[in-house]
Amino acid sequence: MTSPDSVTNGSSPVSPRFAPAAAVRTLFLKVGVLPFFLVAALIIFSLVSGNFLSLENLTNVARQSVYLILVSLGQMIVLITGGFDLAVGTTIALTSVVSALAMVALATAMPDYVWLVIALGCLAGFAAALAVGCLNGVGIAQFGVSPFIMTLGVQSVGAGTALFLTGGVPVSRLPYEFGNLFGFGRVLGMPVPVLIAIVAIVVIWIMMNRTRLGAHIYAVGGNKKAAHLSGVNTKKVLFSAYAICALLASLAGLLLTARVESGETNLGGSVALESIAACVIAGVSLRGGIGRVESVVLGAFFIVLVQNGMNIAQIGSYLQMVLLGGLLILAVILDQLRYRILVGRA
Amino acid sequence: MSQPPLVEMTGISKEFPGVKALSDIDFRLDRGEVHVLFGENGAGKSTLISIISGVHPPTAGTMQIEGKEVAFRSVYDARQAGIGTVFQEFSLVPTLTVFENVHLGQEPRRGLFVDRRAMERSTEALFRDLGFEVDIRAPVAQLSRAQQQMVEIAKALHAKARVLILDEPTASLTEKETEKLFSFMRRAKENGVGIIYISHRIQEFAEIADRITVLRDGKLIGTVKADTVSERDLVELMTGRAIDKVYPHITRRPDGETLLSLRGIVASGVRGVDIGVRAGEVLGLAGLVGSGKSRVWRSILGLQPLKAGTVTLRGKDVTGLPTRKLLKSGIFYLPPDRKGEGLVLTASARDNIRLSLLGRRDLAGAFGMPSPARSKTEADAIGARVDLPPRAFSKAVATLSGGNQQKVLFGKGFGEDHLVYIFDEPTVGVDMGTRSQLYLLIRDLAESGKAVVIVSSDLPEVMHLSHRLLVFSSGRISAELEGQDIVEETILRHFFSETRVSA
Repeated sequence: MTSPDSVTNGSSPVSPRFAPAAAVRTLFLKVGVLPFFLVAALIIFSLVSGNFLSLENLTNVARQSVYLILVSLGQMIVLITGGFDLAVGTTIALTSVVSALAMVALATAMPDYVWLVIALGCLAGFAAALAVGCLNGVGIAQFGVSPFIMTLGVQSVGAGTALFLTGGVPVSRLPYEFGNLFGFGRVLGMPVPVLIAIVAIVVIWIMMNRTRLGAHIYAVGGNKKAAHLSGVNTKKVLFSAYAICALLASLAGLLLTARVESGETNLGGSVALESIAACVIAGVSLRGGIGRVESVVLGAFFIVLVQNGMNIAQIGSYLQMVLLGGLLILAVILDQLRYRILVGRA
Repeated sequence: MSQPPLVEMTGISKEFPGVKALSDIDFRLDRGEVHVLFGENGAGKSTLISIISGVHPPTAGTMQIEGKEVAFRSVYDARQAGIGTVFQEFSLVPTLTVFENVHLGQEPRRGLFVDRRAMERSTEALFRDLGFEVDIRAPVAQLSRAQQQMVEIAKALHAKARVLILDEPTASLTEKETEKLFSFMRRAKENGVGIIYISHRIQEFAEIADRITVLRDGKLIGTVKADTVSERDLVELMTGRAIDKVYPHITRRPDGETLLSLRGIVASGVRGVDIGVRAGEVLGLAGLVGSGKSRVWRSILGLQPLKAGTVTLRGKDVTGLPTRKLLKSGIFYLPPDRKGEGLVLTASARDNIRLSLLGRRDLAGAFGMPSPARSKTEADAIGARVDLPPRAFSKAVATLSGGNQQKVLFGKGFGEDHLVYIFDEPTVGVDMGTRSQLYLLIRDLAESGKAVVIVSSDLPEVMHLSHRLLVFSSGRISAELEGQDIVEETILRHFFSETRVSA
């Protein structure tokens, strides 16, 4: 744990006991638990291993966190509308399987046009994900099914479809160029997945902060009825949120497929929990209406950082699941506490 | 030449499942007119404006805007037709800033992107024009209730509406702010804007209204010119009976024992309050929404954190006990939101009343388990006591009218003998007939020696029923009035005063 000394620097010497506590409180109320978790993780894991804070390891973490960042951005959008998406894992699996099957089939049909095959394969993957997103969107926006049940149901539908399409066997013999570029490639010295993630982050930031759709997403989550009374088409906004979430998950799915060089039905198994954890730790409110893109990126980075640290500390993967679940619950409890203090003040 | 009226509604009816909210209403709004809609809670005013502003379509009837027939399918349609509405339930998003809220639904754009700079600039200009002092970059959640009201008004005005609907806009404004709003309304009038104005404050009408339309129980009672009608006439039109027939006389027991005593209560929105509740007396609490009149009770009952103070019930310290124990030791609390906090909507009226009988030993059957037969008999007896029609007993509460739902809620207080009855907004959204029945129940309780507390935003109600009236302002008691001193003017004056004045 952090020692008291580590937070006292910068505080006024007049009331040395009270001021740091007040500063911590203000920071907690303003930004939530993420900074505290991040500092704690950095301290603990750097004590465990000297390698943890090396540039090489941190770059590695950044590259690994690309996939979770993409999914978390989608999850954030849905959480801000006041829902959540449990089907992100299935979206990844379905994207992986459908795009891989399409590429393999097209590659035998037209072996000379590799890049066209890859492009069409990716489009097929996006289309499959969009279908999942639209299914969620229609159920939740049009029929008013609770997001929990709808996405849980779609989760099963998607997973079943992916298994049915492949018979549970990984789809191999993808075009070599696909994995070479999107899995391991570098442009200007930067890994391609990282570049793609940066572009996605910028696009989503602009969407959430500078477009009408973004403003409406925040409004619907903040007070759906008020948004409706202000003339916002709340159904369209909800629908779009789930569709965009699926597309972001799908992007992560394609990059993962490129990385493992085969279409897999078991990709994205734990990503629903991880992405929700990343968002909640980053201060996205489960009640909707609140959440920042930049924090969520950091939140996803934090989750991968912790996983990386636990690997370095040689904590087994089973125990990692236990810790991750506990972390999520702890974050939610602290979020409740923060909300109560904020409301009590008002 | 005569221009067509701004709004002309003919034969408008509206039915919600099980309830006829409006029947056959004709309504006309002219250019440059302030037209007041007047009626009690539940008379259909809100339903009527929800039809004009596109929230609900009418079941029957036609509506013309400037001579053109319209059928709004959404709030957006109505806005496009130039109708701006300030809803009573705030249509603000608490997590967004003021300027984002003002522009919500019609954000200015530059190309693909929302022009935030333009949003800030035009909001600033608008607030300057209105003379409202609000930080436009603050999230709405941080504003006071009155400030939120101002944002709401600014939002409707911003749309350059030709028809402006204000649903109780002054309910939480100070006199100064109200004056600003009125001068703004006069300017809007001169520009030909038609204003539909809903308010309970009769004394405002002389100052601002041109015509007044009175509704009662969903029916049109009449439209009168504001300068030809007296306050007394209006109240009689509204209630359909003389005032003294609605509110029963309640005999006060002299020198009743103080049953419940609060000392130095501090909680969110409550800043140090002492109250003694006496047996055989009706204690009223008046004040604006957010003045703390309701939160005092919620905090001592453990429904929100109690920060300081002591609570004694018949000399026993009960401070900070869990809600369940407080209720068991003799306090009955009637929550203000019957759908959200009071009733199990999917259960029958009988089963709702039965819930309050689970602790009754004498109704237990074999092995001390609740006996269905005995509790049914008892629940039905209580239903009869509160004048619930017998056919309502087995119906799901959600399908009952607001009045009957409220009777069920009252019925939950008659299962066991309590010492103190706290009624928080006992007649909200209830028609006049049911009200007078509920008032009789309250009278019976007080006259049988119980301590009764009435918290109400309905000023006539709390004025006429209370023996002693506490006026709340900003979390404190600003006045304590008794008997003859309970008059509207005095009460309204203390709604905004900070210092305590004893009468």
